[in-house]
Amino acid sequence: MTGARTFSSPLDLQSVRADFPILARELANGFPLTYLDSANSSQKPAQVVQALSDHYLKHNANVARAMHQLGAEATAAYEGGRDKVAAFIGATNRNEIVFTKNASEALNLAAHTLGAALKPGDEVVISEMEHHSNIVPWQLACERTGATLRWFGVTDEGRLDLSNIEELITERTKVVSLTWVSNALGTINPITEIAAKAHAVGALVVVDASQAVPQFPVDVSTLGADLLAFTGHKAVGPTGIGVLWGRYELLAELPPFLGGGEMIEVVRMTGSTYAPPPARFEAGTPPIAQAVGLGAALDYLAGIGMDKVAAHEQAITAYALEGLLSVPGLKILGPTDIADRGGAISFELDGVHPHDVATVLDTRGIAVRAGHHCARPVHERFGVQSSTRASFYLYTTPEEVDALVDGLGFVRSFFKVA
Amino acid sequence: MQLDSLYQEIILDHYRSPHHAGLADPYDVEVHHVNPSCGDEVTLRVELDGDTVTGLTHHSVGCSISQAATSVMSDLVIGKPVAEGMATYEKFLELMQGRGNVEPDEEVLEDGVAFAGVAQFPARVKCALLGWSAWRDATAQALAKKEGASNV
Repeated sequence: MTGARTFSSPLDLQSVRADFPILARELANGFPLTYLDSANSSQKPAQVVQALSDHYLKHNANVARAMHQLGAEATAAYEGGRDKVAAFIGATNRNEIVFTKNASEALNLAAHTLGAALKPGDEVVISEMEHHSNIVPWQLACERTGATLRWFGVTDEGRLDLSNIEELITERTKVVSLTWVSNALGTINPITEIAAKAHAVGALVVVDASQAVPQFPVDVSTLGADLLAFTGHKAVGPTGIGVLWGRYELLAELPPFLGGGEMIEVVRMTGSTYAPPPARFEAGTPPIAQAVGLGAALDYLAGIGMDKVAAHEQAITAYALEGLLSVPGLKILGPTDIADRGGAISFELDGVHPHDVATVLDTRGIAVRAGHHCARPVHERFGVQSSTRASFYLYTTPEEVDALVDGLGFVRSFFKVA
Repeated sequence: MQLDSLYQEIILDHYRSPHHAGLADPYDVEVHHVNPSCGDEVTLRVELDGDTVTGLTHHSVGCSISQAATSVMSDLVIGKPVAEGMATYEKFLELMQGRGNVEPDEEVLEDGVAFAGVAQFPARVKCALLGWSAWRDATAQALAKKEGASNV
């Protein structure tokens, strides 16, 4: 057992958990669900599912192009989702919010449209701790244009290595694209500081905020980013919707990404003109119900208070770090102190492969992720092929962390490494 | 979802000391296969004499299931005609895809019967098949190479 360690959260966990019916599930062999995979996808409160269901059952129609009452209701609901996203992240203009299908599409949109202006000699700077979705789109953009991809390394402590920032961010740099919170290491990066360096040389700054927006208050008006991407399903919202926020003047200059309905102004057989943002980047029927669901999700988080969500995330992560470090043979990839750290902890357990760790935990109802978490380069940086990752959210209890720590003890004895 | 049915002692034994591990010379073809979703990797070398598998060595990085399955597979195909190895693969695949409803044939699968429990863990089936896919690929390449050489 992990003993009586102290834990204090500003959230009433019992009442939060009552909003997430799935958390009461019992899994095989009578074990209660211990869901520690929220960085992969969060669970959904009943309020979000209700909003989705209400929309489909009472207001469903296509948006904008439908000239009837339901069409007007659906349009109002969809655009209402845009207003809620704008307010939630501190965007001053609702037209700065572009809906995509996920964060990957948002980052691809950024890489495609910013990439259109790249040429040989130009440089794009990313980091070794990026998710594949903030690596591959830039590799593709550089291949298309002859631009060069460069990257920040990672220190042994799992922090961004800024020691060579002066050589990395130069007058050749056109784009700096970084994750705010690493999905594998949990590291929170100093975006504002790096953005100032990038802007000083005239480069644009793209931020992957997939793990940031769900975890702490975000204010794009002061962050220093020019474009910022995140996804709905990690922030208690539905799958199928992501967001690209961009400074309006920048979005207005960017070329279209996908062509189709709703993104046009006038289409002639000889050529077309395009709608202003955000419509320019929303070709085809958008994720309408998902925008409604995302709006409800952000309302839910705002109702609880993102400052409280962040404080809980800090408290539960500190509690988990302490518990995990007490497991013999366990090594954490990434910062082991709570400063500038998010709620995802990846680790190795000596003598047991992560898949085996995950499978054994799963038979005790404990859901974790095992593998490279779509961040293979950072695993390579630490000389490991894969890791096990536990991640926490506003509904995670210290008892669940205790179950994980006890479960790891069981894993060690099962594989006879104890 | 019984752990003991997944992690049979035979599997753990093969995992702790995999047979034919360590890449050896000479060989006809070397392949490198990965499971992109989880990162498991196997490098595998085969040597054929006519239609017979005379050599198979491997270096695997991955979970107990993938490493043990590659070890068991090595025992099953070395010294056998390629066609027999391929037939054994079909039997193993049938077992893996059987969702626990296929009775394994110990005559054919030998230690491979220990993997029957894997079929009840759909996420782990691909682990058990990684080594096999590498061997089938390497063998097909080796046969094509020999055919190419004999046609010259």
